[in-house]
Amino acid sequence: MTETLNVPASASMEPQPAPPGADAKPAKGRSLWSDAWHDLRRNPLFLISAVLIVVLLAMVAFPGWFTSASPTVGDLTHHYQGKPNYGHFFAEDWFGYDTQGRSVWARMVHGARASVLVGVLVTLFVTILGGLVGLVAGYFGGWLDSVLSRITDIFQGIPFLLGAMVVLTTFTKSNLWVVIAALLFLGWTQIARVARGSVITVKQSDYVQAAKSLGASTVRIMFRHIVPNALAPVVVVATTALGGYIAAEATLSYLGIGLAAPTVSWGVDVSNGKDALRTAPHILISPAVMVSLTVLAFIMLGDAVRNALDPKSR
Amino acid sequence: MGRYVIRRLLQMIPVFIGTTFLIFVMVYAVGDPVNAMFGERAPDPATAEQLRAEFNLDKPVWQQYVLYMGKIFSGDFGNAFNGRPVTELMATAFPITIRLTLLAVVFEIIVGIVLGVITGLRRGRPVDSGVLMMTLVVISVPTFVTGTLAQYLLGVKWGWIAPAVSPAAPAGELLLPALVLALVSLAYVTRLTRTSIAENARADYVRTAVAKGLSRGRVTVRHLLRNSLIPVVTFLGTDVGNLMAGALVTERIFNIQGVGFQLWQGIVRQNSPTVVGFVTILVIVFLLANLLVDLLYAVLDPRIRYA
Repeated sequence: MTETLNVPASASMEPQPAPPGADAKPAKGRSLWSDAWHDLRRNPLFLISAVLIVVLLAMVAFPGWFTSASPTVGDLTHHYQGKPNYGHFFAEDWFGYDTQGRSVWARMVHGARASVLVGVLVTLFVTILGGLVGLVAGYFGGWLDSVLSRITDIFQGIPFLLGAMVVLTTFTKSNLWVVIAALLFLGWTQIARVARGSVITVKQSDYVQAAKSLGASTVRIMFRHIVPNALAPVVVVATTALGGYIAAEATLSYLGIGLAAPTVSWGVDVSNGKDALRTAPHILISPAVMVSLTVLAFIMLGDAVRNALDPKSR
Repeated sequence: MGRYVIRRLLQMIPVFIGTTFLIFVMVYAVGDPVNAMFGERAPDPATAEQLRAEFNLDKPVWQQYVLYMGKIFSGDFGNAFNGRPVTELMATAFPITIRLTLLAVVFEIIVGIVLGVITGLRRGRPVDSGVLMMTLVVISVPTFVTGTLAQYLLGVKWGWIAPAVSPAAPAGELLLPALVLALVSLAYVTRLTRTSIAENARADYVRTAVAKGLSRGRVTVRHLLRNSLIPVVTFLGTDVGNLMAGALVTERIFNIQGVGFQLWQGIVRQNSPTVVGFVTILVIVFLLANLLVDLLYAVLDPRIRYA
């Protein structure tokens, strides 16, 4: 959906080969990426999303910093018990207890790992697979492009959630890798389309023609000249999509076919909570808030990066 | 225009065959539907053999696919494993989901485009920033959360509406589910329209139209909006597929017995004829929606017609 906007946007970007992480000298010859970074640091949208993401990553890496309660050990005397009226910040009962008497806060913290892992890994694989398909289709053109584009069309013809559901039910056991595979199966098409459009725009620039006439090999042109310059729109779409995959994991779990019980994830908690909704809504709402905040953080980050990379929108 | 339509129709054929084959392989090749029919018990080998022959499950996959497609084009979608013809399920399920999806699309078009035009013309003002923040929040909250919360608050806690939709699913009862279904896409439509309007508002033809002395409303609707709608129309076309799949979640929450409900039952019980039949129809709907979008392009932008 957003690719219709991103593709033409890339045409207006500075056509200088700019390896990411280049020196940010405030002089005139600033590269696209350092210029974007300069712009990002002043964007409140970026700062808010960066804080949210840092906290989230801390939860993933060091859940012990946030809670000492166990996410898997429950005390049935507490089950369905809601949030206490007096505040116990960061304590076991901060957000009440779930159906098994486990601490909801502990599960919110520990659930981050599985959910973020699904989001990050799916985004990584999708970017590699979709990026390669788009690169090959866009660079070589001709019949190869036609074939790859039709294959992309075929995979895009199946609604995302529906396809993921069908893939998941064909596996008898559902674990993290199966969920990742199911989301990857249909998820790569969006990136492939964006990458293809971006590569086609970059391919026509003078420096690519120059490299060609100097006799650079195809691989060198592709990975030294085209990839770094065609990357921007792909990065934007991938950032926004990361949040979407986390939401998709939770949605599949809600439908009862995503990650399952021994795994601690927000999706699993959401599907536990939906049956207790009428008596104890906090069991569903707490992990749902975590999912929403994460998605929000990545969408804001994607928006901020897009604005920074596209000088036209300033 | 005629050649353009024919070319688009021809391009649809390989995609249709590819997509339906993919679904067919996913559902039939992996997993054993006959075993699934018997649940926990092991099936009697002779009965299983007979059933496999009856459903063509003993032949290679491509042959099954060809046989299946041949039947579909003569209007026979086979029987669900419980003996009811799949077409019968479709006849009750599709009208409900089509009603739900159409209502959702209407919400998207009216609310989304109006909000998009308002914010696009007032870029950077408080209205713009406010609506933009709201769209971010709406996009971030997954549909199942908005759905369960709306049902819990409006249906259970405050009792304004019935928490579940009755089997006949009249349009009045579908209003809330349709709004829930439309919400995320609605936010996207708003953002797309806003960007597109803001970009085109500085175009020369808009300045010309204003200079000619046309009224503000006429410039906005006839000149600016018409030229800004192409990305929005593209989005709406691809979104029809997403909405129908999103109905999977919405229909489960509000207990609507439409396509999503039947599909969910079919998938969970590995009821292959139901799943493949319904998905095939959904793919056709999706492809037709995309075709319609391409035709609308030609209406909106005459340059495409003659290219």
